[in-house]
Amino acid sequence: MTSSAITASGLRKAYRDKVVLDGIDLDVRAGTVFSLLGPNGAGKTTTVNVLTTLLDSDGGAARVAGYDIATETRKVRAAIGVTGQFAAVDELLTGRENLRLMADLHHLGSTAAKQVVEDLLERFDLAESAARLASTYSGGMRRKLDLAMTLVSTPEIIFLDEPTAGLDPRSRRTMWNIIRELVAGGTTIFLTTQYLDEADQLADRIAVLDRGRLVAEGTSGELKKRIPGGHVRFRFADAEQLDAGARVLAGSTPDAESLVLRVPSDGGARSVRTLLDRLDEYAVDVEEFTVHMPDLDDVFLALTGHASTEVTAR
Amino acid sequence: MNTDSEIMLRRNLKHTVRNPVALFNAILMPVLMMFMFVYMLGGAFSVGDAYVDYATPGMIMMTISYGLSATAMAVSSDMAKGIINRFKVMDVSRGAVLTGHVVSTMLRTVVALAAVLGVAFLMGFSPNATFGLWLAVIGVLLLAIFAVSWLTIALGLAAKTLESAGFSTVPLIMLPFFSSAIVPADKMGPGVREFAEYQPFTPIIESVRGFLNGTPSNGHTIAAVSWSAGIAVVGYVWARARFNKRA
Repeated sequence: MTSSAITASGLRKAYRDKVVLDGIDLDVRAGTVFSLLGPNGAGKTTTVNVLTTLLDSDGGAARVAGYDIATETRKVRAAIGVTGQFAAVDELLTGRENLRLMADLHHLGSTAAKQVVEDLLERFDLAESAARLASTYSGGMRRKLDLAMTLVSTPEIIFLDEPTAGLDPRSRRTMWNIIRELVAGGTTIFLTTQYLDEADQLADRIAVLDRGRLVAEGTSGELKKRIPGGHVRFRFADAEQLDAGARVLAGSTPDAESLVLRVPSDGGARSVRTLLDRLDEYAVDVEEFTVHMPDLDDVFLALTGHASTEVTAR
Repeated sequence: MNTDSEIMLRRNLKHTVRNPVALFNAILMPVLMMFMFVYMLGGAFSVGDAYVDYATPGMIMMTISYGLSATAMAVSSDMAKGIINRFKVMDVSRGAVLTGHVVSTMLRTVVALAAVLGVAFLMGFSPNATFGLWLAVIGVLLLAIFAVSWLTIALGLAAKTLESAGFSTVPLIMLPFFSSAIVPADKMGPGVREFAEYQPFTPIIESVRGFLNGTPSNGHTIAAVSWSAGIAVVGYVWARARFNKRA
């Protein structure tokens, strides 16, 4: 096997005359996190469905774990795990039974199955609720159970399709930590998300998908350099202070009407402190300040020239 | 217990036991109908002999029909949720999911039939069937259950929503009322009578009735087996096609 876990060239998919994937090229290194970033309708789920053999592509080729998705489907399936956008758990089974179902379907054998199930319950902090029906689980617990079910077979490549969509911030953190542990264990992760910060936190490489095309690819740092928009805003009590601030801070843009001064910044604590120190040094009084980080909208505006408004058809 | 089909069957059986609505429809409702028709209304029907002896074969058919909406809804809800995609990516054999539904439907129906027959005996049901004829009853009924199970699964797969899946089995549930289940077809009005005589459930009911009375009717039995075989083939082919398309 090469060191590429997933490669794709020119993947295309259309539903009737609606083109969903318009020539996708990918190269995901083994043991890394690759994030496909894009708004709803960009084609993220379709990409995952094609790579995980759920959908046939209309053109192009892809290899997953070294196997051709079109001709070596079973070998691809044996190597991957998928956790989709909607938690694929059986609501009328308990957490433990859901995991056991997966273990049985992978033909693990009774002793090994029991071991794997209990280990996963423990690891995902689900042991206490293992005997409850999955229908009583919260959204975060379902996602955890879903991911645990995917891990029963210890797949070498895991596809996570918007794993934190709709989760509260705390469950999101938990999910992130689990993903980091998986990568530390050598698993390759293919992650789709519509949150820039999620890709930023987790991914080694990020590809930005827009209307079925990859519009940018690189590390988080490389992408951010291409994105303006990170800035600090200072609001002043009066025009005099605003002018003083504008003189002190190089590269700033004052807005006389709202008494706001906009200064480009990476938003880091150190650079913000430098700005505040400088204002302090010149005795300029700041009423309040806010830090604005580029979000997906800024990325899209910068990379595509249009906003990341939802594309209706999928 | 290791083949994919057996694993899926176990899953479906757990679902059945945990779904009170399905159990109610499958077991309690037919028993209630039995009480209603035999105790409350039975005296008003004159069918020649004891009404419970006449009605039991019809109640058997109603019992088979009544549980079907639960199967259609179970299939539909499977398809609506991500779990089917998970099975698909895991390379679970395509037939296993459907086989699990068919077998669990048949088992649930057999349990319901046992309950209804038990109640029938309590109400004075006294069949004249020999052991051989009882075996024939079981054979005809199993084939019929097998057939309508596949048809129901196809209906469940074809339905776009859970509600329409439940609704899609209503014709199957209504069909026994327009058959010889409750009163003989020749006592019905014109139009309905012809429909009752030629619809598939009537020969199934009549052949079971013949076996239980100790007077088997070859014509009805052949018609019952042919209808069941036909429905089974159509249901199976349709279900497989829908499943492969949707999954």
